[in-house]
Amino acid sequence: MEKFTQLTGVAAPLPIVNLDTDKIFPAIYLKTIKRTGLAQWLFQEIRFRPDGSENPDFVLNQAPYRHAKILIGADNFGCGSSREHAPWALLDFGIRCVIAPSFADIFYNNCFKNGILPIAVPKEVCDELMEDAKKGANAVMSIDLESQTISRPDGEKVHFELDAFRKHCLLNGLDDIGLTEAKNADISSYEGKAQLERPWQFGLTQKASA
Amino acid sequence: MPKPRTLFDKIWDAHVIAPQGEGTYLIYIDLHLIHEVTTPQAFEGLKLAGRGVRRPDKTIAVADHNIPTTNRAAGVAGIDEPDSLLQVQTLERNVKEFGVPYFPITSLDQGIVHVIGPEQGLSQPGMTIVCGDSHTATHGAMGALAFGIGTSEVEHVLATQTLIQAPAKNMLIKVEGGLGTGVSPKDVILAIIAKIGTAGGTGHVFEYAGSTFRDMSMEGRMTVCNMSIEAGARAGLVAPDDKTFAYMMGRPYAPKGAAWEQALAFWRTLPSDPGSTYDKEAHLSAADIAPHVTWGTNPEMAAPVTGRVPDPAQIDDPLRRAAVERALQYMQLSPNTRLEDVPVQRVFIGSCTNSRIEDLRAAAAIAQGRKVADGVTALVVPGSGHVKHQAEEEGLDRIFLEAGFEWRDAGCSMCMSMNNDKAMNGERVATTSNRNFEGRQGKNAKSHLMGPAMAAAAAVTGKLSDVRQLG
Ligand code: SF4
Repeated sequence: MEKFTQLTGVAAPLPIVNLDTDKIFPAIYLKTIKRTGLAQWLFQEIRFRPDGSENPDFVLNQAPYRHAKILIGADNFGCGSSREHAPWALLDFGIRCVIAPSFADIFYNNCFKNGILPIAVPKEVCDELMEDAKKGANAVMSIDLESQTISRPDGEKVHFELDAFRKHCLLNGLDDIGLTEAKNADISSYEGKAQLERPWQFGLTQKASA
Repeated sequence: MPKPRTLFDKIWDAHVIAPQGEGTYLIYIDLHLIHEVTTPQAFEGLKLAGRGVRRPDKTIAVADHNIPTTNRAAGVAGIDEPDSLLQVQTLERNVKEFGVPYFPITSLDQGIVHVIGPEQGLSQPGMTIVCGDSHTATHGAMGALAFGIGTSEVEHVLATQTLIQAPAKNMLIKVEGGLGTGVSPKDVILAIIAKIGTAGGTGHVFEYAGSTFRDMSMEGRMTVCNMSIEAGARAGLVAPDDKTFAYMMGRPYAPKGAAWEQALAFWRTLPSDPGSTYDKEAHLSAADIAPHVTWGTNPEMAAPVTGRVPDPAQIDDPLRRAAVERALQYMQLSPNTRLEDVPVQRVFIGSCTNSRIEDLRAAAAIAQGRKVADGVTALVVPGSGHVKHQAEEEGLDRIFLEAGFEWRDAGCSMCMSMNNDKAMNGERVATTSNRNFEGRQGKNAKSHLMGPAMAAAAAVTGKLSDVRQLG
């Protein structure tokens, strides 16, 4: 996973409440067995017209926002399906940070696994950032993960909260599985204990034909 | 005296392996359900890192999303869309390579992942259950902590049988009283979501309690738990009781003999202690719940079928108003239209929400002796091979076929347009599935969520209808 330390880029405004992952990445393209190259289907329904041409009204089709690295969203961002294709497609497009007043749990989790930083900020703060993001070429913001700050286009700094474990993993680009494997002895001793207490749960699926 | 613990607290505490620092924990997973859509990249990741599957004996695979619901006897060769075929073949190759048990698509055991878990007795009280699918909360009806995860987490569970998680908060959803005639568990959950909103449960695990759920069948509880995610909750739980144990008993993968007795003693310790407290609560009275339908593009946009399409002009919050305007534009509905005047062209009875035998019985009771209205295409898609078989034993297939419904093989079907079943040319659909998002059931498809009897009523009348009027 790519590290996340600092990020400077254009922030695109996307004021849609309850923006679900079906909208971010439509179900019909879930048939891919890859996790790269998914940007072509990002926001498909709102980004393109029925004939396949770009919808000029959609923010990511407008000049400065084509290269946006940050999205400013609304409440309950990323709700619905657990599909990790949503953050994969955002990442493939170049988005490394999403700022919103609130996120759906699974999407929030999935972002961290892919080096995307989701930042939850109070609604009033998000409203101000949304106004900043509407400034086109001037909608440039910087994120500094170490100090947990967002620098607005006018230079003002906004602090944000984040749990320390997730921050540590993002800053160092750590692979969760590797971290967990280091606890193998703990897992094995848990399994030994659980097998005594709940023996019927072990060997559970073995009867099915492999 | 120790602090009273909720059902969620007890399951959580029993699964913590080690603290991970800063409020996160490494927790153990008892059962991992996998399907073809959210696993190819996870297995690819394992291969690249040279890792194996730690506990194939706690993992079960099935293909459900991509497969056609006709001509099942043809097996994998019957999948005509190349991408779907590739995804199912990839799953079959991976389960073989990694030694993961699998229900082949020609087997009676095959079905929608959230239908077969409880049906086979794999999903058991007190377990932690995960699946790369947001409707995993369905298994919470068994009294298990069951939640959806992304593909990176699927890979993590395959490799380590654990997850790194922060504990959720507890939210009590209490509904008291008996359901009125024609009111189904689907209406209960739609009413709950309409009340608390699609983000009402974010960060929380629901515990559904009160006499309405105590009196509800296991299948009804599954319908309710299934849609917990539509209110933003991580999971939804119902305390295991005698109904749960009676349901479990004798199922293929349920414990037997002495193991059954030992399991039962454990399961009886799970319900929340008296005096447990919750971070949040919502209370509803069953008497106030009418048959519901959705009118918009997320599940909170629901109303009693006797109601009308709302008027965005009455909404103060500008973002909410914009969302309702956008939804009505997509749904091609004008404000204040009577819901019962909205015509439908397609009906779908199925999905992990409403494809179990009781759902099919409820729909068949309305279909019996009636005909699907002109211009309406109606599909009935059982949730598993066993549900289909049982329905046929009971003659439900004949009732549906005589009424002009199509009778299909088990799978996700029209719930999500990944297979051949989808709404065409922006058709309006009465559907028993769980999501009415834009484009989910086909390009420009306009989905109205409702219970199975209500969907059957829509099929025979050709419009959204109050099932209570059909008797
Ligand atoms: S029936 Fe629908 S919601 Fe359920 S698992 Fe299949 S696609 Fe997902």
